[in-house]
This record gives sequence, C-alpha cells and structure tokens, in this order.
Amino acid sequence: MKLETLHELNAERAARRPVILVTDTESGEQRLVKAKDFAKDPLRAELEKQLRMGKSGNVEAGGKKLFLNVYAPTAKMVIVGAVHISQALTPLARSLGYDVTVVDPRTAFASPERFPDVPLIAEWPDVALPPLNIDHYTAFVALTHDPKIDDPALLHAFERDCFYIGALGSRKTHAKRGDRLRVQGAKDSDIARIHAPIGLAIGAVSPSEIAVSIMAEITAVLRLPPKEKEEAA
Amino acid sequence: MLDRDEDILKAAEDWQKAGHGVALATVVETWGSAPRPAGSSLVINDDGTFLGSVSGGCVEGAVVTEAMDVIETGKPKMLEFGVADETAWNVGLSCGGTIRVFVEKVG
Repeated sequence: MKLETLHELNAERAARRPVILVTDTESGEQRLVKAKDFAKDPLRAELEKQLRMGKSGNVEAGGKKLFLNVYAPTAKMVIVGAVHISQALTPLARSLGYDVTVVDPRTAFASPERFPDVPLIAEWPDVALPPLNIDHYTAFVALTHDPKIDDPALLHAFERDCFYIGALGSRKTHAKRGDRLRVQGAKDSDIARIHAPIGLAIGAVSPSEIAVSIMAEITAVLRLPPKEKEEAA
Repeated sequence: MLDRDEDILKAAEDWQKAGHGVALATVVETWGSAPRPAGSSLVINDDGTFLGSVSGGCVEGAVVTEAMDVIETGKPKMLEFGVADETAWNVGLSCGGTIRVFVEKVG
C-alpha cells in the first residue's frame, strides 16, 4: 500500500467517514473509494452492498479478482433517558459492538449504581449532546417520555442525521410530539424519520423485551436494503 | 460499521514515518470456521514487531516471517493456511478452516 493511500485511509477513519479499499490481489494495485464517490464508481452496486453489510469481500470485475476491504466507523448509541428500558438496552447494544452513552439530567435516574461502567451524563440535552459529536453512524434513542428532555434531544438528532432515531410513546403521544416539534422548526421529513412507537412489534412487555425490540429495529435499519426496510417497519 | 479493530493502521503509518520497513497482512478470504473475518489485518515492522491479528494466533508467526520477505522485495504475496496444508502440523488452523492472507509492503 502506498504511504499516501494509508495516510488518506487513516484520515478518513479519524473523521468517521466510511471508505472501501479496492485491491487487485494479483497485481497489488489499489484504490481508495470514499462513500461520497460510490455513486459514480463502476463498482457502485458492490461497494454499496459491502458497506451496508459492514463486510469485506471479493468480487470479480473486468477479469480481475478484487478484494473490497470495508472501513466503516464504529457505531455509537446515544440513549436519552436513564430509565429501566435503558438499563436493559445498554448491555445489549454493547454486546453488538456499539459505543453507548446515556444522558439524563435527572440525577436520581442517571446514577452510577443504576448504570455501572457506562459513560453517563447527568445534564440537559443542550449541554450533554453537542460534545458527543453525534453523526450519521449513531443510533439515537429517546426514552424519557418527558417532552422537556426528549424534544430538544430529537431536534439535535435530526440536525446530525443519525441513521436511526427512535422515541418512546404511543401513537397519540407521538402525534402530539410531532405538533410540538413542528412549532420548534422541525420539518415533516424530520418527524417522519422518528421510529415511534419505538421498536419492532414483537409483543414486548417487560423493559428487557422492549430493549430487544428496539435493538432489532436498529439492526434492521442498519442492515436491510432500503426497500425491505420499509416492509419491516 | 461496528469495526472494533484497534488502531493498527495508524501504527503502520507511524512506523513507516519513523523510518521502519512495514508490511500489512490482510485476511481476504475465509472458508469454514475461520477465527477472524475477511478484512482483519496484522501490521508488521522490520524489527518483527506486530500488531493486530489474522487468526486466533495460529498462523501469525508464519505471516510475520513472510512479511519480512515482502518488506525486503516490495512484492506482494498471497498466503494460504488451512488444515489441508502440508505444514498443517506446524502452522495450520486448529479450528479446521482455511484462510487466504494478502501481504503487501507499505510505502
């Protein structure tokens, strides 16, 4: 690998931007393709598929055997609300490889006894969220059920284009939430991005089961191609 | 997403800048139950220092030896390890899988 290729690869990784390194395994020839350039690449279908699956693999193109090595940023999860569901969701998300942070200004909820070994921020969203550098590779979950906390958090998630945004609450609660967020400047397309009621419909009852349904929904959004994603939702 | 590899590629860049000969070994294909998926990598410098992994520790020694050669010649190599190898008793994968590892020089 050329030093400039390695340097560019490291710079993209540090900036949390996905790239795929294409190597001709016979000649050793290489090129680095940034996600923003996938659309104009002759291998775009393969590149998009490998990135979506987060998996490296081999393809044959133009008589050449090519290895596509996928470098995608580590996924983050930000949970707003240090509630009972969050206590179950945190270890589940970590076992799937997410870096988890829990935010809740209510110190009775956001206590280290309830959330051992997890980055826990007992501040309001306007203070807690900006330093977290939330980006597209973040699953954002609002679980406090309190508009004073969830609403500003969701506005922040829209701004940062999180790949998944979910919020706890019934259809009725969610309709009211939509009205409030619109007043605060959210677009209809933003509101439509919220998964609410949160989680896949698996008949979840206990906080742990709800955590499983949330995690399943996040996984579906992450891994399924766009069309099947609509069917699952 | 969900790449949990430690930052061995940064180490490769730093080693190269510090004047070391550096090679990068990457798992490009796996069959059966291989311990590390395609894309996993090992970086090696000319002292024999290495970081990362391409298997559960079964074949790293052999990869490091080949990497020394690649650092010297600059020519990439494709290595294959598996139980069917003649060298299986020395550097085979105990899990019964087969892996192909691409070794290239950095710089």
